[in-house]
Amino acid sequence: MADEEKKEVTTSSEATAAPTTNETPAAPAPRFGRPGGPGRRPGPGGRPGGRGEGGPRKFFRRKKVCKFCVEKIDSINYKDVRLLQQFVAERGKIVPRRLTGVCTPHQRRLTAAIKQARNIALLPFAARY
Amino acid sequence: MPQQQRIYEVMFIVRPDLAEEETERVISTVESGATAAGVAVKNVERMGKRRLAYKVRKFQDGVYVLLTVEGPGSAVAELERRLRVAEPVIKYITVRVDEQQKRLAKIKKIRDSKVRQRPQTADAATGSEPAPATA
Repeated sequence: MADEEKKEVTTSSEATAAPTTNETPAAPAPRFGRPGGPGRRPGPGGRPGGRGEGGPRKFFRRKKVCKFCVEKIDSINYKDVRLLQQFVAERGKIVPRRLTGVCTPHQRRLTAAIKQARNIALLPFAARY
Repeated sequence: MPQQQRIYEVMFIVRPDLAEEETERVISTVESGATAAGVAVKNVERMGKRRLAYKVRKFQDGVYVLLTVEGPGSAVAELERRLRVAEPVIKYITVRVDEQQKRLAKIKKIRDSKVRQRPQTADAATGSEPAPATA
């Protein structure tokens, strides 16, 4: 837990340190924020590609796009656990928009759906450890 | 003012340690309870036994059932009360879906109209393409 928090701090400091051009500051954060997350990367291809991993802060930023807008997913339903799980961190937290690239209206619906799913025990409130 | 008929989804979880026919009986009692409460049951979907994301009444899994009902809110409240009282039902949730369905229908309509426009342009493109080939 402490580890995760530390990462959060580093991401935020990076974000502030980055030159504040239009939308760059948030973009590099996720990749360094959670290195080696075991295959449960939230966000659909919103991540920058695997390039530039070695170079010191030299990477292509792919503009993150909203999965729901791109794939034209209209209904964000609490029953669709597969879909919702992509936007829930390992501990059961809802992944913030700045990491997944989901647009605001969709994030709002997503949040509501995740909370409904939690209520009916389809998703955990907090994963047990 | 007459009460509005609305569509709701009622999802509930039946405890897993019951025999199959007993579970069926619970489901049918809930159904009849729903009609008694004043909502029309439109659909019953058995989603089967699933693992719960967290323990509920010391159960690790449960039998999920999804009811789609139509009726006024007060009747749904009565149905919820019945579910709360029913001992084999360990958890339930009611979600109003008609607004969402309306929204989806609207989006679909817009999208369909766009699709209808596109084939015309596509036809025009294909129509123009073979023309030079024949000429």
